Amino acid sequence: MKLYEYMGKDLFSQYGIPVPRGKVAKSPEDAAEITAEIGDSVIKSQILSGKRGKAGGIKFTKEPEEAREFAAALLGSKLIGMPVEALLVEEKLTTDKEYYVAITIDGKRRCPVVLASVRGGMDIEEVPEEHMVRYHISYKTEMMPFEAREITRLMHLHGWEQEQVQNVLIKLYRMFVDLDAELLEINPLVASGDRIIAADAKVTIDDEALFRHPEIPFVEERTEWEKRAHALGLAYVELDGNIGVMANGAGITMATLDTLQHYGGAAANFLDAGGGAGEEATAKALELILAKDPKAILINIFGGITRCDDVANAFVTVKKKMGIPVPVVIRLVGTNQEKGRQILKDAGIETFETMHEAAEKAVSLATQ
Amino acid sequence: MAIYINEDTNILIQGITGNQGSFHTEQMLAYGTKIAAGVSPGKGGQNVHGVPVYNSVSEAVKHHKIDASILFVPARYAKDSAFEALQAGINLLVVLPEHIPVHDTMAIMELAACKGATVIGPNSFGLVSSGKSKIGIMPNQYFVPGPVGVVSRSGTLSYEIVGSLADVGIGTSTVVGLGGDRVVGLNFIDVLSRFEKDPDTRVVVLVGEIGGTAEEDASSFIAEHMSKPVIAYLAGKSAPTGKRMGHAGAIIERGMGTLEGKIKALNQAGVKVASLPFEVPELVKKALWLPGR
Repeated sequence: MKLYEYMGKDLFSQYGIPVPRGKVAKSPEDAAEITAEIGDSVIKSQILSGKRGKAGGIKFTKEPEEAREFAAALLGSKLIGMPVEALLVEEKLTTDKEYYVAITIDGKRRCPVVLASVRGGMDIEEVPEEHMVRYHISYKTEMMPFEAREITRLMHLHGWEQEQVQNVLIKLYRMFVDLDAELLEINPLVASGDRIIAADAKVTIDDEALFRHPEIPFVEERTEWEKRAHALGLAYVELDGNIGVMANGAGITMATLDTLQHYGGAAANFLDAGGGAGEEATAKALELILAKDPKAILINIFGGITRCDDVANAFVTVKKKMGIPVPVVIRLVGTNQEKGRQILKDAGIETFETMHEAAEKAVSLATQ
Repeated sequence: MAIYINEDTNILIQGITGNQGSFHTEQMLAYGTKIAAGVSPGKGGQNVHGVPVYNSVSEAVKHHKIDASILFVPARYAKDSAFEALQAGINLLVVLPEHIPVHDTMAIMELAACKGATVIGPNSFGLVSSGKSKIGIMPNQYFVPGPVGVVSRSGTLSYEIVGSLADVGIGTSTVVGLGGDRVVGLNFIDVLSRFEKDPDTRVVVLVGEIGGTAEEDASSFIAEHMSKPVIAYLAGKSAPTGKRMGHAGAIIERGMGTLEGKIKALNQAGVKVASLPFEVPELVKKALWLPGR
């Protein structure tokens, strides 16, 4: 789960990481008021995306009236396809230098890694490798003082800057562990006068660990349908094609999507129904799929331990109850597959033995 | 031979009295797995399908020789159970649950490294040395003995491929599920190096997917250290950037983990990559008739 910049900065503050003076504005009046209070300000649209400046989502001003107009134009509008519901109004910093620091997880090494560079401020992908410090840290509760010293030394920092950045790193790591973070990124971390300040905040929390963090605000990024699927225990992702897909298992669902593409089709969704495909799960999955008005539906079930006759019966029952207005192609393999296919055939549903034959058929039905 | 487990491996089931634990205990016993004991705190003294249940892992290892343990516990208790197993001296731990917080996984990996133990998973379907022992949740009928080693990040996709091999009369030596999470214990290279040395394995099938760099890392290893032929299938060709396709690890971020990059790396290492799963048996057949690469 990604947090908005202002939420991330709130958390930074709680952990003692310096952030600019500022407040959240949810109306043009708020924006004017905060600007009057702060003086020279920067107003930043709160959306879960970078490149806000280029898109016109950031404004520098000291005039409350200008702040009001800017806020009125942006609040409720869309920026880079995302609705702007809040603005962060902050003191404008004098920026002497821009650094980059982040902590994330290195899957390959199975441990946290600190990324740091003296070339902050730009898109970090564009920073040359020789200016990027990568420092792996053992998974434990604290960053050692020497580790913070080492990282800042590798960044070639000196004096008060080195000291303050060390301080930020140690606090950032504490926050990373405490909050089950997947990513904490400060870009840029600025040197302003005699202070080091986090001018931006990118915070991603592990979805699987949210149950133990009631203190973190919840940010919904999923679509309405993805939300509904999640509540049903189904892994669902909306896509752009016209063939509804249901399969069991993430890998086989992906492979089903690839097979459709191979035959010139495109899936309307990714839907992993998980291990079982009982009546209730099947009904709910089909409801989700039909909501996107597909031209055809492809169901790919590799039964394994699940019995194919159970799957077939579930599907026939659901079809009778709901009525399915588009052609359905089913591939069904596993325990009792003959029985299962017979049940479907009797109900007038076409079945296939292999995934590629079924996919080819679904594509031809969808393009008719 | 086979790798990691064989007919002499004695296993422990953690969470044996739960629905999943009990069901799969029965399935594993039917496959021929030697299940020495089970653990469910507070349920000691019971038995599940004839397997004695203990309150703790340390109690179970006092009474039985245990070579490996498998976790059937809810994700939020997985770290506790994994630590219990590792602290009791279990050397091979199979972590099945999906949705384990990644910080918990990192903590498990750190303790495992300290104890010198091997962890498979999380979010793994387990592993099976065909005809000998199965520690996992895969359907028994497709796992017949043969010369093909399979290592995979995905469960049902492996069943699909192992099933299509079985359909044409080709069996498997050992099939290992690495798990679909971003951080997992065993990786492709660990398993490939075992297959290279395993006399029962003549051809290796690698089943990968988008996201991360596991396949790219495997490619360098294959190019330098593998004499046995490797066939690959990778899922996620049609996946859009930035969307997580079910597995926590299956996401293309900032151009990293794309399928094109992985296929290119594998091809350069001499690996034949099937573009769809049903092409795998044909490629394996060809490889089996060829001595070496």
